[in-house]
Parts: sequence; C-alpha cells; structure tokens
Amino acid sequence: MTLKDWFETRKEEQIAARPIDPKIDDNIGKLWVKCFNCNAQLPRKELEHHMMVCPQCGYHFRINARTRIAQLFDEGTFEEYFSNISPADPLEFFDTESYTERQQKAKEKTNLNDAVITGIGKVEGEEIACAIMDFEYMGGSMGSVVGEKVTRIIEEALAKKLPVVTITASGGARMQESALSLMQMAKTSCAVAKLNEAKLLYINILTDPTYGGVTASFGTIGDIIIAEQGARIGFAGRRVIEQTIRQKLPADFQTAEYLMKHGQLDMITKRSELKSTLAKILRLHKH
Amino acid sequence: MKLDFEKPITKIEEKIEELRKMSEESGMDLSKEIEIFEHQSHEYKKELYENLKPSQKLQIARHPNRPNFLDYINLITTDFVEMHGDREGTDDRAIIGGVAKIGDKPVMIVGTVKGKSTKENLVYNFGMPQPEGYRKALRLFEHANRFGLPIVTLIDTPGAYPGIKAEEHGQGIAIAVNLKEMAKLDVPIVAIITGEGCSGGALGLAVANKVLVLEHAYYTVISPEGCASILWRDAAKASEAAEALKITGPDLLKYNIIDGIVKEPLGGAHYDYEAMGEELKKEILNALDEYKDMSAQQLKDDRYSKFRRMGVFNS
Repeated sequence: MTLKDWFETRKEEQIAARPIDPKIDDNIGKLWVKCFNCNAQLPRKELEHHMMVCPQCGYHFRINARTRIAQLFDEGTFEEYFSNISPADPLEFFDTESYTERQQKAKEKTNLNDAVITGIGKVEGEEIACAIMDFEYMGGSMGSVVGEKVTRIIEEALAKKLPVVTITASGGARMQESALSLMQMAKTSCAVAKLNEAKLLYINILTDPTYGGVTASFGTIGDIIIAEQGARIGFAGRRVIEQTIRQKLPADFQTAEYLMKHGQLDMITKRSELKSTLAKILRLHKH
Repeated sequence: MKLDFEKPITKIEEKIEELRKMSEESGMDLSKEIEIFEHQSHEYKKELYENLKPSQKLQIARHPNRPNFLDYINLITTDFVEMHGDREGTDDRAIIGGVAKIGDKPVMIVGTVKGKSTKENLVYNFGMPQPEGYRKALRLFEHANRFGLPIVTLIDTPGAYPGIKAEEHGQGIAIAVNLKEMAKLDVPIVAIITGEGCSGGALGLAVANKVLVLEHAYYTVISPEGCASILWRDAAKASEAAEALKITGPDLLKYNIIDGIVKEPLGGAHYDYEAMGEELKKEILNALDEYKDMSAQQLKDDRYSKFRRMGVFNS
C-alpha cells in the first residue's frame, strides 16, 4: 500500500465511521454549513456547487428529491408523473400524534404529497422512467402512495419500453399504514417481475439511508445495484441488531463499502460521477 | 399454561371439578348443577374468545403450546419428504419444506418453524430465518414450479433475523428476490399465517394467490413492541400499538390484506390440535380446488391483480 492509498483508505474509514443521522435541514437557510464529518465551515454556495459534497473531505450530505432530480437529469427534461396521488389515513392511526397531522407537517416541510417523486426524463440523452425518494418526508417511509407511484411508473415504463431507475432514501415501511404498507413491498416487487419478463433494464441507486421495507422490496432487486458513496444500507436497523445480539457492531457496519465487500452491490459511485456512470450503463444495454 | 385473561375460566372449571368430586364422594346426583355450570362455562368462553383484544390475541398467537409447522406437517400431510439446503452452503432450520400429500394432492409445503423449548429454539432460531432460509424456500418454490406442484406455505415468524451475518448475506435482498420470483411462478400458491406474521420476514413466503390467517394469528408490518418503541418511544405501549396497527383477522379482511380467516378451536389452536388440523386441511383443499382449472397465465394474473389493488390513497 502506498502512502497515498493509506491516506485514501483512512479518509474513507473516517467517513464510514461517522454518526448515522445527520440531517441536511439542520443547515437549511444558513449561509455557512458545517460539515458533519470534518467540521469544516463551508460557504453554502460552494457546497451547492460541489453537489452537496464536502470539497475538503468528500462527505456526501443528504439531498432531497428535487435537488437529486436537478443534479441527475438533463436540464428541463424531467416530467413529473402521478403527482396528484396523496396519502389517506385508512387506519385512523394515532400514536403520540395523528397520522394526518404528521402528513400535514411533512407536506409543509417538503412541499411534497408523499415520500417519492416519479417521472420520465433524460440522463445524457438517455430516456428513463424514474422514482426518486425523499427522506425528508416522514423518513422516506413507504406507504400506499409510495407503493402506488412506484408501481405506476414501472407500468408506464412497461408500456413505453423504457428502462427504470429508482433512487432510494428510506427508513422502511410506514408504520401508520401497517399491513397496507407491508403489501406495497409485494405490489412493487410484482411490478418489477414484469420488467424482468419484458427484459427491461432495472437499476437501483441506493442513497443514505436505505433500510427495511424498501431494502426488502423494489429497492434491491435491480439488474444492477449502485450505492452512492457513504450510504448506509440495511434490512434491520443498527439498534435492533445490537439489542438482539447484545454486542457492539463494527463502525463501518451497513456502509456501502461494507456491503460491497460482502458482494451485495455492483458498485459504489461518487455523487459527481453518478450521472455519467448511469448514462454509460444505460448506453451499454441499448443495442 | 393458562393466560391471564383465562383465569376466570379456570375458576369455573375448578368449581365444576369440585362438584364432580362431591357428587362422587357423597353419591348425591349433581349432574343438573354440573350441566348448568358447564353450559355457563362454555357460553362464557365463547363470549371471551370472540371478543379478544388485539393484545390478547397476540398472547394466543405466541402461546408456547401453539401447534408449530412440524405439528401441522403431521396433522395435515402424509408422505412428507423433507428437502434440505440452499445449495450454497447452508440449511437454515428456521424454514423447512418438502413435498407431501394433502388429502390426495401432492404439494410443496414450506413453513417457518418455532421451537417449543429453549433447546428446540436454538435449532430453529425462534422461527427467524436467515437470508439462506429464504433462498432455500425459493429453491423449493422453483422445484414446485418445474413439476407443477401447488405451493402451500405456513407462516409463523416474529420476523427475519436481525443479525450481522444476516446483513452481510443480504437479508433484505433475499426477501425482495422472493417477492419478485413468487410473482412469476406458474403454480397456485396458498399462504396461511398460523401464528405471528411479522413484517417482510413473513411476506417473503406470502406472495400467494390466497392468503389466509388463523383466527388468533396476526399479520403486521412491524411487531407491536417494535412499533411502540419507535413511535411511542416506549416498548411498554405495545398493547396500544397492537390496537393501532389493526393486526387481527377481521381488520385485515376489511383492508383486503387477506382472503379469509380459518376458524380455531375454542380458546385457540393449542386446545385441540386434531380439530385445528382438520379445519386447516379442509381450507387448504378448498383453496387449491379453486385454482385447479386455471392456466399458468391466469394464476400469475390473479396474483398480480390481487396485490396490485392493495393500498389506500387519494387521487
């Protein structure tokens, strides 16, 4: 190992070992943003210019769905589909707060109807159908709306013979819709089965964090699985595992790097290279 | 083992027993009195068990004497031939399966196994499969598909195992692949939740044409304890979570999550294994009968449209 490699590895390990739940909105509205990893004070403009990646240490800040769309798609090509679908409260769920109140707050915070945006657009000229999740809307959880929109965009792709790309950021299934949420896992996966049968390319891009019901359904059954650098990905949450096995977990547990080592991913990509990587893959499957 | 809410029944039964003894010892004819008490006891039980709260049903679903998958194999099948292993280095004992006959129909039967003692649970891992278990199940499903055998799955699991190896070996991916591949199978699939149907761990065997739950079983996105500790930040609020999550048969039917409820003997399956077995066998055979004339494409379409309809939203 050269000295340069050693520094690279050390840097990656430091990023991997960071605490799990920094939120981008801690920094909203501030002109200067503090990097969660290296503590550097960064001018917001500069950070945005670097696609919300710390120019000093390479730490990838979480970004919302609209920012992701702006970064990934050719300008002006993304057309949103099914934006009118909004959540109901079939179980009249109430924990410490009612589900409808939680929906209302999430909507005010994100200006979204639910935790996913679906649509069709172009990446370096390649047309794709796409579902982009937003972690800021109730932790990106999957309820009936997410399941329905993902299924509909897949069906749209089947009709138009387009490849499908999902970009996930989710804590898992939405508890407030209970078994209805669970069934969205089946619904979306059955739709992916149709993509397989139609031999349409299906790509999953996993971003920080992707967990639970999304990891265990449409989020990981792609023909190609890409993780964004620094993403945490898992089925069960860290705390649940620690409580079950009663031992400390390795610091890099459930990082993209860790999953890659265990053969669960095709590749890890930096945000700055995501668009070109995706476009390259799309072109290679077009013949 | 009697559950807390069953204590009043125990009291009545003790009274009846006392009367019997008294009648034997004294030679007095107390049969009328005994009959009245027995009738009362029966009425009381019916009233009690038909109006259980979700948290009480949860206790029955998790009862240590509840029949497990191995019991059901004995009760409802003949000629069971177990098929082991995922062919990749592991034979996960939390999921067991093989070919067998139900009535005179050969089927592939696969289920999760909960042990009844600590020793058994070490073998079966409390019915919590590893990714290898789901891959083994898929191997058996594909075998059934090749030879045209209908698939029956019996599910009783607190969830897929949350562990280090499970994550390293792709617990989420293993379940997801099962959901997708079950959608493609050409044979009828009948899934029955016999006890606990928790989360993706249960669903990984339940993308079926027909999904039934036993009367006191439950089916949920997360265990009530898990839900309580996240949303209420207090695991002790599990009974509130159990109410809110609407996990019992009638609610699941109302939201079209399941297709039917299989009646249990009074008080729960553990009071009468034979009767439970009979009822379950009857329901499975009825279900398989419904699909016997369907083509492969019809079966797939039926499964797709069933799950396609699920969900409630505004648009």
